[in-house]
Parts: sequence; C-alpha cells; structure tokens
Amino acid sequence: MADVNWTALTIFIALFGFITWLGFAAAHWRKGDLDLLHEWGLGGRRFGTIVTWFLVGGDLYTAYTFIAVPALAFGAGAIAFFAVPYTIVIYPILFLAFPRLWYVCHKHQYITAADFVRGRFGNRWLALAVTITGIVATMPYIALQLVGLQVVIGAMGVSGSGYAGDLPLVIAFIILAAFTYSSGLRAPASIAIVKDILIYITAFAAVIVVPIQLGGFGKIFSAVPPAKLLLAAPPANSTGAYGIYATLALGSALALFLYPHSLTGILSASSGHAIRRNAAMLPGYSFMLGLLALVGFFALAAGVGSLPEFAGGFKQFGNNFAVPALYLHSFPAWFVGIAFAAIGIGALVPAAIMSIAAANLYTRNIHREFINKNPTDKQEAQMAKWVSLIVKFGALVFIVFVPSQYAIYMQLLGGILIIQTLPSVLLGVYTRWFNDWALLVGWAVGTAAGTWMFVAANLTPNFPLAIGGHTFPDYTALYTVILNLVVTIVLTPVFNELGGRQSDATVAADYYA
Amino acid sequence: MSQQSTGRENQHSKWSWWYLLFLIQFVAVLWPPFYNSVEPSWAGIPFFYWYQLLWVIIGAILTAIVYFATDD
Repeated sequence: MADVNWTALTIFIALFGFITWLGFAAAHWRKGDLDLLHEWGLGGRRFGTIVTWFLVGGDLYTAYTFIAVPALAFGAGAIAFFAVPYTIVIYPILFLAFPRLWYVCHKHQYITAADFVRGRFGNRWLALAVTITGIVATMPYIALQLVGLQVVIGAMGVSGSGYAGDLPLVIAFIILAAFTYSSGLRAPASIAIVKDILIYITAFAAVIVVPIQLGGFGKIFSAVPPAKLLLAAPPANSTGAYGIYATLALGSALALFLYPHSLTGILSASSGHAIRRNAAMLPGYSFMLGLLALVGFFALAAGVGSLPEFAGGFKQFGNNFAVPALYLHSFPAWFVGIAFAAIGIGALVPAAIMSIAAANLYTRNIHREFINKNPTDKQEAQMAKWVSLIVKFGALVFIVFVPSQYAIYMQLLGGILIIQTLPSVLLGVYTRWFNDWALLVGWAVGTAAGTWMFVAANLTPNFPLAIGGHTFPDYTALYTVILNLVVTIVLTPVFNELGGRQSDATVAADYYA
Repeated sequence: MSQQSTGRENQHSKWSWWYLLFLIQFVAVLWPPFYNSVEPSWAGIPFFYWYQLLWVIIGAILTAIVYFATDD
C-alpha cells in the first residue's frame, strides 16, 4: 500500500478531469432556465429513453453496489446473488406502477413522492413523514458512495496519516458539489453516460480475462468452498437461507423505487413510454451486476486474500477490497486506472442524484410547506442548490469522522424505513381508499417496529420471527410493511368515521396519457 | 383533455391479461428450492448461477413482449 501506482493514478485523474469538465458543460445541454426547480432538479423532464437508461442505470447500480456485492460473494458466498432476483423483480413493478406516477406528477408539476402524497391525500403531516423518511434513508446512501470512492483511492496507494488521508476524497467531493450546484440533474445525466460505458468495459473485461487466466469457470467454482457455493438448506421448522434470500430480493425490490433518487431519475424521463421501454432495457445492468457478483468468486479463486501485497488493503477496507485487489492482480496498471475511475465516477453519479433528490424534498415539502409558503421560482431553485451542498457536506463529515460500518448499518435500516412509504406512494398511485391519518399511523407503527427489530437483531436486516415453533428469519422490511398495511387497513374505516376525509387534488384521468 | 383521449386512456388504465407474464418471473426467481443446486452445471458454472442470469434475459424479453402487446 505504500507505493503509489502512478500509471493508474494518472489515468484516474485524467478521466476525473474529463468528467469534471463534462459536469460543468452539462449546464448548457438541452438548455433550460436553471432558476426553475424542475429544470435544475429534474433536468426539465426532457430525458428520452436512452438518456433515462444511462441515468437510472447509473443511479441505481452504484459504485458501492459494484464493490459490496462482489465483496459479499467473496465473504459469504451464494447469498450475495440475491441481488439478481432482486433486480429481476423490480422491472415489472417499474413497468406497471411508475408510468402512472409519472403522468400524475407531470400533470400537477410534482417533483417528489411527498408532493404526490400531499396532493393525493391532502395531509401535510403524511407528506412530511414521507419527506423525512426519504431524507433519512438517502443520507447514509450518499455516505456509502464515498466508501466506494475511498476504497479505490486507497487501492492506488494514495494514503496519508490522519485526516490528510481523506484529502483526495474531499477534493473529489468539492468537484461533485460544484458541478451539481451549477448544472443540477443535467450533470449526473451526462456523466452517467461516460461512467456506464466505463463500467461495462471494466465488468466484461474481468469476466472474459480473469477466467482465462485462472483456467476456466470450472476451476474457479471448484476453488469456492462448498458451504459458500449454494444456499444452506433450511433446518426443520425454519425457512432458513431460502427465506432470507427470497424476502431480501422481494423486499429490496419493493423498496427500490421508493427511494428519492430513484424517483428523481424516473420523473426526469420525457414520457411514460420512456419508462416502460426502460423496464425492458434496464435488465442489461442486472446482468452485469450478476457477472460482477461472480467477480467476488474470481477473487476467491485467485487467492488475493492471502497475497502479502494486499494484506494492508484488506486490513483497512475488509472484503470491500476484494474487487480492487483482483483488478490490481490481474490487469496492467493502465487498465486498473480505467477500472478504478469507472468505480470512482460511479460514486459521483448517484451521490449527485441523491443530493438533488434530498434537496428537492427539503425545498418543496419542508421549506415551502412550513416555512416560506410563497417563494419565487428563483428562491425555490436557489434553496435547493444550497441544500444539495449541505446534504453532501453532511455525508462527507459522516464518512470522515464516523467509522464506515455505521454508514452501512444506517443504509440497511434505510431500506426498512423507506418501504414504509409504500402504502401512500406505490399503492396511492392505484387507490385513494386509504384514510390519510390511517396511513400516517401505519407508517409510524411500521417505522417503530422496523427500527426495533433491526436493533433487536443486532443491527442486521433479518429478524428471526418465531411463530408456533417455526422460525422465519426473513427481511424485516417485508414484515414491517405488512404490519404497516394491516394497521392502515384496520384504521381507515375508523378514521373515516371520526373525521372524514381530505380532498384529492388528482382525478383518475391524471394517471395515464 | 380527459374527454378527447378516451381511446388511449383505455390502453393504460385497464387491466391487460398480458401482465400475467410478469408473474412467471416472480415465481421463477423467488422460490430458491427450484434452483439451489450445482447440477446441471453449464461451462463449469453451477446451475444456481447460470439459471438466475438466464432469467435476467428471459425477464427482459417478457417485459418487452408485454410492452409491445400493450403499448398502442
């Protein structure tokens, strides 16, 4: 770790320089008035099928994903592959529900999920719950992108003692903050195109070159310990690893498009058709993610974990070092530079979109709703720009001063929290049957139960639920969203009886073309 | 707007039987006992892995079929 890999570092910096220029130049792309919030924060809703594909792909399949999923395969084996069924089942959900959400948001100029909930259910406190959940779930996600960046910077031998070691990270983040501030969503949209091409090159190179070096897939898989190769068969009276695998996949899929940054990507599309087409095209990324999960096994087979030159990296970054170590081991330095730049830039794209999404939420659903009810368009856009800076700065402070393990815990909890907005957002797209106060109580119960189960399960997302001698160690998010729904359904007639209902600002025709 | 575009509204507001195609992929990938095995392996890749990767492709094709069948 002591030696800086200059060739890799030079290429890394050159590519970073290029996307920095691109990020600023993007302000002039499909030019719009960046003093309007929907221009800055949604790119003017003008992205067609192809740009949406790059943007949403770059947004959902993050740098952290590309480091952490192979790292999980490297450390825990088959369970890491849950990312594949997860990213298979999200697309029917995207296809069916989200064009409806796009149409209603387009019609009413909504730019966040909370805007929609405010209009649909007429309850500012329910909208506030959706807003706060979104911001809380997004913050650690931004911090995790920095973990991905940290790992590749460290892997190139750039290190320093104390806080000086974080200097490259701080520089990368200032760049990110500056072009997001000036160009809004256009910056990550244009950079996503470069980033995704680099990521595809990096992934396919690994999947072709490394198996040839190691003597074929047969040899690679025979090097994987049998216990890691498949899911453990469940013991009697328990759903075991099967239940964990399937519920993690399903629960994560239900949660994914409720995240503010996913919705920002979707709402920036130019039409509902663009979203439907993308539901068939985005699995391209899922396939690559599956291949990258296998790269974790390549790293096992190549034995990078026991090579002395990587000992320092594994000590510092744990299994997250598996992928960088494999690239350093298997490829010439110039290609390592490209691969690491792909991962590093891959961190900036989602981080930019997440900070924009959080800024849109604060500006629209907290500031405008509770503090300054009649801002000018310019004031509103300016507020969002400032908030995007604050959000990113907060994530940076978090990652520099707090052990990264806490960001990982918070992100796992974030999935459990964000799914609690499913009844009001995802089901709200289909039905107005629920009472707004019942939804709020359901949300509160789901959030409290989810947080308690997460803590009770020692900060893991799987809670061993025991029912009549059977154990279901499944994904907490799924349990608690069901609880949330049951509470909401039971309380809806009660609250309707007590206080009547708010009016719905949307009509049925708003939900399709 | 709501009165003139009735024809198109029906395209997207109503249930389509084509949507049932989506169910296939849910069942195929969310039931691990189906595929949690090494054999039949393909090119040295255990069944568990190539089966799920194959379903990424099948899922995309099914989605494309539903898109073309329901969109105009």
